Amino acid sequence: MSSRWEFLSSHQSEIFSATLDHLTLVVIAMVVAILIAVPLGMLIVQRPTLRRIALGLASVFQTIPSLALFGFLIPVPFIGGIGRRTAIVALVLYAILPILRNTYVGLTGIDPAILESAEAMGMTASQILWRVRLPLALGVILAGIRTATVITIGVATIAAAIGAGGLGTFIFRGVAMVNDAVILAGAIPAAFLALVADFLLALLERRLRIA
Amino acid sequence: MNTKPTSGPQPTIEFRAVTYGLFRSSSQTIVSNISLSIQPGETLVLLGRSGSGKTTLLRLINRMVAPSRGQILIEGRSTSDWDPIRLRRHIGYVIQEAGLFPHFTVAQNVGLVPGLENWEASRTKARVAEMLKLVGLDPSEYSARKPRELSGGQRQRVGVARALAADPPILLMDEPFGALDPVTRAELQREFSALARRLDKTIVFVTHDLREALALASRIILLQSGQIVADATPQEFLKIDHPEIQAFTASLATTGGAAV
Repeated sequence: MSSRWEFLSSHQSEIFSATLDHLTLVVIAMVVAILIAVPLGMLIVQRPTLRRIALGLASVFQTIPSLALFGFLIPVPFIGGIGRRTAIVALVLYAILPILRNTYVGLTGIDPAILESAEAMGMTASQILWRVRLPLALGVILAGIRTATVITIGVATIAAAIGAGGLGTFIFRGVAMVNDAVILAGAIPAAFLALVADFLLALLERRLRIA
Repeated sequence: MNTKPTSGPQPTIEFRAVTYGLFRSSSQTIVSNISLSIQPGETLVLLGRSGSGKTTLLRLINRMVAPSRGQILIEGRSTSDWDPIRLRRHIGYVIQEAGLFPHFTVAQNVGLVPGLENWEASRTKARVAEMLKLVGLDPSEYSARKPRELSGGQRQRVGVARALAADPPILLMDEPFGALDPVTRAELQREFSALARRLDKTIVFVTHDLREALALASRIILLQSGQIVADATPQEFLKIDHPEIQAFTASLATTGGAAV
């Protein structure tokens, strides 16, 4: 037991820098995923065909086991290969579905009386989207971002398998060495990151949700 | 214009042989072959049971739905020739739950259409205060509140203020007091009746409540299955011998008390 804590304390700086790497991976992936999924969600509100394609495709990516998805991406030109870039692409593909689905649900789940009066007062479709639908959907969209962030923090540990670094490095090394202490050096900070992210985003969500 | 010569001024709203149905088949017809002229300053109440087509008639006026056949003229111009956005900003609209924006303050809600019309901020602000006073709400107390901080009756007052803010000549109201408790409801009906006389707007008011119709209307149109079955002033209305009117009168008796 004591050897485990010894490993953690003696590798503090290494764990810290892996945590930072991990966090960078997650933040970049989340920013890209949000920039894709939120506008796409706004776009599919009025376009049923595109909606089916986008939600279908996003669901397909989510069903691919994460390790397989990382593997599939390695031979793909431009976005593939070994390293961080490939990992980020895979994480983005994973994070899109929860954000896209929540954006769509949030934008379309608004009280019909509110939308009716917006239309009847002579607001244009884009005014209704930006001034009514989007502000009212913000809480639901943020809930999707929160789910996606927690998932991404977990999935990002697997990114180490394709040489993207991060906390997964310890986990893979520990599994290979059959050494719990090394696994925990990756798993504990990853779990901690997920809890903190979940807590902070929940706080923000509560502030943005309009009762 | 190809209008027939009529006596008096041009009607504000005119239905010409208007039919609206979801499909071409007659079984899906919601309103059929309605012709109706509404004069400036009238408070016309569309009375009818649920599904009689009264709300559809209202929504045809501001082109929330387009007629399958016939046309609706607003100030002499067919609604299909109006830009729908311009048309709707020209017509105030109040619905049952008021449809206020929950993320806007009372002042932002009331100032919505003036804002869309690019009024100057100071002019909008003054207008908002004026409208709130008009519906009996103190601007200094209520301007900054959110709709959820208001009672049902207050929300409905804000709804009326919002509909009137850009000074539209026409006001459409779809059971605006329907969800209120009887006491608040009677209070708002009384105030609204006085307000309507003062404002000189053309008002079309939808209700299924005969008592409300009698209290507010200058003219009552009774709808049944998408057709007009009676068109009379409140004084004449109860004297008409028609089974649907008797059905409505009977509903008064069971809810107790005399009308007017």
